[in-house]
Amino acid sequence: MEKAVQPASSSQWLLGALSLPRRWRLGAAPIIAGLLLLAIVLATLLAPLFVTHDPLAMEATKRLQPPSSEYLLGTDPYGRDMFSRVFYGGRVSLLIGVGAALVSIALGLIIGLIAGFFRTADAIIMRIMDSLMAIPAILLAIALVALSGASIGSVIIAITIPEIPRVVRLVRSVVLSAREEPYVEAATALGSSMPKILIQHLMPNTMAPLIVQGTYICASAILIEAILSFLGAGVSTEIPTWGNIMAEGRSYFQLNPGLIFWPGLMLSLCILSINLIGDTARDLLDPRLKKREA
Amino acid sequence: MLGYIIRRILAILPVLLIVAVIVFLMLRLSPGDPAAILAGDAATPAQIDRIRTELGLNDPLHVQFITWMGQLLQGDLGTSLISRTDVWTMIERRIDPTINIALLTIFISVMLAVPMGVIAAWKHRTWADYLVMTFSVLGFSIPVFVIGYIFISIFSLQLRWLPVQGYTAPSEDLLGFFQRAILPALTLATIYIALIARMTRASMLEVLNEDYIRTARAKGVSERDVLFRHALRNAAVPIMTIIGIGFALLIGGVVVTESVFNIPGIGRLTVDAILARDYPVIQAMILLTAGIYVLVNLLIDLSYSLIDPRIRY
Repeated sequence: MEKAVQPASSSQWLLGALSLPRRWRLGAAPIIAGLLLLAIVLATLLAPLFVTHDPLAMEATKRLQPPSSEYLLGTDPYGRDMFSRVFYGGRVSLLIGVGAALVSIALGLIIGLIAGFFRTADAIIMRIMDSLMAIPAILLAIALVALSGASIGSVIIAITIPEIPRVVRLVRSVVLSAREEPYVEAATALGSSMPKILIQHLMPNTMAPLIVQGTYICASAILIEAILSFLGAGVSTEIPTWGNIMAEGRSYFQLNPGLIFWPGLMLSLCILSINLIGDTARDLLDPRLKKREA
Repeated sequence: MLGYIIRRILAILPVLLIVAVIVFLMLRLSPGDPAAILAGDAATPAQIDRIRTELGLNDPLHVQFITWMGQLLQGDLGTSLISRTDVWTMIERRIDPTINIALLTIFISVMLAVPMGVIAAWKHRTWADYLVMTFSVLGFSIPVFVIGYIFISIFSLQLRWLPVQGYTAPSEDLLGFFQRAILPALTLATIYIALIARMTRASMLEVLNEDYIRTARAKGVSERDVLFRHALRNAAVPIMTIIGIGFALLIGGVVVTESVFNIPGIGRLTVDAILARDYPVIQAMILLTAGIYVLVNLLIDLSYSLIDPRIRY
């Protein structure tokens, strides 16, 4: 596929991409996704500047109100303003997504480097990873949260542990193919120490696939947080997240579908844009896949 | 072939053993005492301690683990701490809805996703391709339960075509089963379809560039036969693999879907056990689902040689 020629200004590029359906996949979609994600992140971070109500303030007389000029998206079963809860909720959901991605990449990288480089450790580590992958991620995560108590930190850890094996496998496979390269042999011959070879020569090879994997983990972490809350194993609703706002709204779903619809829409748009960015990053960073597409 | 099957089955055992160790340690090392929950709020420390001894919770960890393993080998999954019923009996009572809905889901998913992926690859870079890809990206981005509520709100509340929630056994009332099972199955199928369609498309795209496809077209094979007999068969191995890997997603989805649609299946049983810290049930259910997952993937691996005669074990 021909590479999109990049005209001088980015707005021209956007227009050009929109008018050319063939470029749709590598042109407009990631740009729109990027802008959407940026908008969502900014809106949640800047929420205090534009929301009109405290997301935690309960008003017993104003339970389950329909949308009005005062409460733009109505109120929840406790009389809290949905509009501000949806934006404040995004903060914690995004924090959990980014946190889970960073922690699982960091731990997976360390374990994967060790597994890829030391043959004796490899067999044991990979058996443990296979076993962890055999446990359905959601069950493992609910169990971890339910048993260790629901805080933002424990939710991040619970989402991270089932994700680690995938990162480990990825890092290990990169290391296994890179360690046979002449430059690693040269470094060994020159007497570089083991940690130095791992960090300076092998780790950089893992960066591109890890960035891609990180975006997917971030998206799936936000989803799993929502599912955990939905099943009753999430963060307390004192700290609103997209997941627990929906979980709380489920009993009143027939009265006011907006209780699930609005946080669900924000969450889905957010995950959608992260996934699209991940797909684009993968296409750009992995020439093999790109060739397959063409 | 037989030797290979036996080796693969033997290789499952250490995986399940490690799963058992992980689950066991996770439950025992986490804060919280099932004996205290059982005894209630008014219990004295002495009472709690008596219950702990009764349950064997005062034994050293390795003794507890070996006792549990010994019971498992005799086919005894233990007794629920809360309902005091045998775990096998609890599973037997609730497995029917889960299996029936899961089978319906797999059927719907494969029947829809494979043709979708084939068409997307065949009509590469046309609206049909983009439609399938858009569906696929959306399927990954919307939480299962939101999809479930959207379906309920459209088909049950607005159109009033289907009952809202609940479950009817197919043996009692077949039509009633389909009326109640179709929405949960479709909900569960969304992400599975997204996954399979995407893999089918990618795998087909690769195969459709091969020389033998050009040869088949050149000798006048109908386009349908080119796609389904020549291309799909050669593209099948990665598709089968993703169906197996996606089975884990299905198990996770079952848990959520049963909650949304109020279905008394083993997904709900597991979540309820976890939330109530019913250790024997949690241990049994996680080990069981891991076992099923590993077994499904083994069967899929073995089926490769049926699809592709070049693969021999």
